[in-house]
Amino acid sequence: MTLPRLDVRAVGKSVPGPRRLFAGLDLAVQGGELVAILGESGVGKSTLLNILAGLDDADEGTVAIEGITLGPLDEAARTRLRRERIGFVFQAFHILPYLTLAQNVALPLALVSSDARAAQTRAEAMLEAVGLGGRGGGYARDLSGGELQRVAIARALVHAPALILADEPTGNLDPETAARVLALFGSAVRERGAAGVIVTHSDATAAIADRVLTLTAEGLVERRGR
Amino acid sequence: MAAEPGLWSGRLALGWLIGGEWRFHPGRFLLTAVAIAVGVALGFAVHLINGSALASFDGAVRGVGGGAELSVRATSPLGFDEHLYPRVARAVGVRDASPVVKLDARIGTARLTLLGLDVIRAAAVTPALIGIAPERGNDTMFAEDAVFLSRAALAQAGTRIGARVTVTANGRSVPLRIAGTLPGAGDTASLAVIDIAAAQWRFGRLGKLDRIDLAVSDRAAAEAALANLPDASLSAAEAQNAQGDALSRAYRVNLDMLALVALLTGGFLVYSAQSLSVARRQRAFALLRTLGMPRGGVVAAVAVEGLAIGVVGAGVGLAAGYAMAWAALHWFGGDLGAGYFGGGTVRLAFQPGAAFGFFALGLAAAALGSAIPARLAARAAPAAALKNAGDVLDPRARVAWWPAAVLLVVGGAVTLLPPVGGLPLFGFTGMALLLAGGVAGVPWFARVLLTPLARRSGASVPRRLAIRHLHGAPNDAATALCGIVASTALMIAMATMITSFRGAVDDWLGQVLGADLYLRTNAGAVFDPAAQARLAATPGVARAAFSRQLPLTIAPDRPPITLIARPEQGTRDPLRVLIAPAVPLPPGARPVWVSEPAQRLYGWNPGDSLTLPIGGGARFTVAGVWRDYGRQTGAVLVDAQDYQRLTGDTGRDELAAMLRPGADAGAVTAAIQARLPADLRDQVEITRPATLRRFALTLFDRSFAVTYLLEAIAILVGLAGVAATISAQTMAREREFGMLRHLGLTRRQLTAMLATEGALVGLTGALAGIALGLVLAQVLIHVINPQSFNFTMSTRIPLGTLAAVAAALSGAAAATAILAGRRATARGAVQSVREDW
Repeated sequence: MTLPRLDVRAVGKSVPGPRRLFAGLDLAVQGGELVAILGESGVGKSTLLNILAGLDDADEGTVAIEGITLGPLDEAARTRLRRERIGFVFQAFHILPYLTLAQNVALPLALVSSDARAAQTRAEAMLEAVGLGGRGGGYARDLSGGELQRVAIARALVHAPALILADEPTGNLDPETAARVLALFGSAVRERGAAGVIVTHSDATAAIADRVLTLTAEGLVERRGR
Repeated sequence: MAAEPGLWSGRLALGWLIGGEWRFHPGRFLLTAVAIAVGVALGFAVHLINGSALASFDGAVRGVGGGAELSVRATSPLGFDEHLYPRVARAVGVRDASPVVKLDARIGTARLTLLGLDVIRAAAVTPALIGIAPERGNDTMFAEDAVFLSRAALAQAGTRIGARVTVTANGRSVPLRIAGTLPGAGDTASLAVIDIAAAQWRFGRLGKLDRIDLAVSDRAAAEAALANLPDASLSAAEAQNAQGDALSRAYRVNLDMLALVALLTGGFLVYSAQSLSVARRQRAFALLRTLGMPRGGVVAAVAVEGLAIGVVGAGVGLAAGYAMAWAALHWFGGDLGAGYFGGGTVRLAFQPGAAFGFFALGLAAAALGSAIPARLAARAAPAAALKNAGDVLDPRARVAWWPAAVLLVVGGAVTLLPPVGGLPLFGFTGMALLLAGGVAGVPWFARVLLTPLARRSGASVPRRLAIRHLHGAPNDAATALCGIVASTALMIAMATMITSFRGAVDDWLGQVLGADLYLRTNAGAVFDPAAQARLAATPGVARAAFSRQLPLTIAPDRPPITLIARPEQGTRDPLRVLIAPAVPLPPGARPVWVSEPAQRLYGWNPGDSLTLPIGGGARFTVAGVWRDYGRQTGAVLVDAQDYQRLTGDTGRDELAAMLRPGADAGAVTAAIQARLPADLRDQVEITRPATLRRFALTLFDRSFAVTYLLEAIAILVGLAGVAATISAQTMAREREFGMLRHLGLTRRQLTAMLATEGALVGLTGALAGIALGLVLAQVLIHVINPQSFNFTMSTRIPLGTLAAVAAALSGAAAATAILAGRRATARGAVQSVREDW
């Protein structure tokens, strides 16, 4: 049996108050699979995403990426894991305005290698793949919201991560642009065999996923398969 | 410590991050580098000037000393009896001894040191002082009219070998022929050498010597044998250099410290700029942390930026400092107008050690200015920073006061510690801690200051917004203000100290200049008893008080004190401004009145018994301590009759004349001039008290002119920091302004809001700076000044300066905020609220 790219077992988390956000949360995501997690505002979607990324600690349970359990890892090891095995897509794009688009895309590569030429070449190829070929020398201010998010997707995929985490990736886009970006995101994740997790409160966004789960205080409840 | 994993491998990303910031904000980078450059340049220039002046002074002292390892030196210009020579020459451990007559002399307006030497003895002990004549084979060396000049003396007198010149010394003018030069005297010593017999005979020094240079076979034995000599003391060459060092050391250290204020201000400016830059890039750092950059990478990015600012700033600063030192030496002289080194020729000498030190200081200022922002940047949780988008302001958050309080209390306590090696090092350390405490307390101060205003509800919307913003975000104001608070505080402290000092000097001059006319001789000339009698009988003169002033060496390695012999006038003596009640003396005790600096330097207290090196060593009892702002190295006042009995010296070099009521000062001056002996007429200055007072205050102002300049530069750097920071903070709020315009605020109202904010920030900075400055002034007045210059005084507050500083700062900050606000509101309201990431 293939090891899941992401394996979450009995994870629980409370926030100061104390208020229990969720408990007993289980999730396994295989390579090439895209999972959407739905939930109301404040239910803990982003907190869960942070736990999956090793940016926050679960109060209970384990999270493993490609078989590596995050819990025992120190900050340096988690940082290394994030750098090498995880890609991120954010609602607010977070494209650095003073770097070229190619540099923005190449950032994950630049964090592990000093070969600027190779990083640049891969970034250009990635931009080509998301439909922004030849735009690598431009800057964020030249692009629309949809284009910026495509750059962000390119950045999330450029270092061939095992897991891609997306937090409301179309929250800042109009429905038409959102649909195009999501289609691109879904196919890119599947083509590269990565495991994808999208957290969102939008049914339309969740519709592109292979599985849709709803986050509740009791854990994840599966809505439908694909 | 091992490097954080991934830090090195992530260097490409770090490079992009830093490079991108510089490309986008080159002005910020340049401004902070310039701030460091100004600080380094000032510090390095002042240090170079002082070092060059001291090196030239040492060179001159060495030149005059001729390289003798040990010398017996007269404790006063009266010299010592030449019968001491055989005793010294035959002392155990002495191999050879060269007698010297040493006089202060002049050729025209050029001042120089005239030495009378026994050429045979000098050739064995101080060959560097032997003159070389162009013509050989004659007895030029022994000719009674032959004088040899050093290169510096020739240049200053504007003369040449073979010319005849009139040399004036000890009140005599003697025509001499320049027979040759003194190649061994070095470049800086302004020196003339003649035969010793000619010096004694033609300059009225028969039977007297001023120095005996020694060649020793056993130095320890010689020192033991010559420990106690009448009116003379044994002195090593290094002690002579130490005198010059001691004389100016406190002044030089104080000037260095003042120059470093500009560097400190530059460091604060780096802190402001880096804090803003970090705050602006909070989400960028958070993104990189999320993508896998280690925490140390963020610290490294900010630290590398700080170091680059430091390297560029310090490098430019060194070059600018060297140029400034050259210009200052060219235009103002080696002591920058303070009068410590007598206006000799000073050559600029590059000092690699100082250059390295100031480069390191510049680097340290920039690195330390970046350290706190770097730590804050690394500490932020990446996920929260990405979500909060930097809007983490909580106006309810308490502002910590205790770090400031701890620094202030520790700083205050440190200032109470005694000086180290005669320097107020703990005083300066305490000031630095007080300054840090004051700057750390600015957020708390701003919150306290604005709380009453924030509670009022009657103000207009723009004003309420401005007050609420500053009240809620006092750390923003503190970031903008830290540089200017530091420089303002130090400026106010210096201004208060100088105002207090100047006021005290002015009052003191008013008290001591009680006569109507003052006469003073120069070039060693004196009024003999006949001249004194004739002058005292001048029509219109009611009372004439003659006095004698002599430098008197108490310790060979310390600058001489001034011995003042005056007729006993009891409490009528205007010079005797006592700072403590006089003590009754035991019967038969010989009284001496010591000045405040002499008391502090030598520990002479009322009732103490002390020995002065005159008349073979005479015991005196301290009758009281008098205030004296004129002689930093100390002075003692003795009765003229005691002085005359002890030394046999009947000459006097000063006269204070009280005129009869109704007498015309101009007519009396003319009458006095007519009564002066013919050979004294061009060697006596007659001045009125108002002129003396003006002259003294002009000298005072000149010696502090550099101080004012350094202060002004520090303030300008601080103002530039306020302008840059307020401007950056205002521009960063573009979206807030767009939102406010959506809500209905007009551009005019926004401008009013920003002007109010700017004025409040400036006023807060000015008030904090003034309050802190007045505290620091107390350290300057009651710790640094007494420990450095041995003067005490009471505080006088320069109210005009305080008001001007408060107005200038508020105005400048408001103007900056308005200008930046215009730019920030220039874009349309819709565009401004659009997410610009």
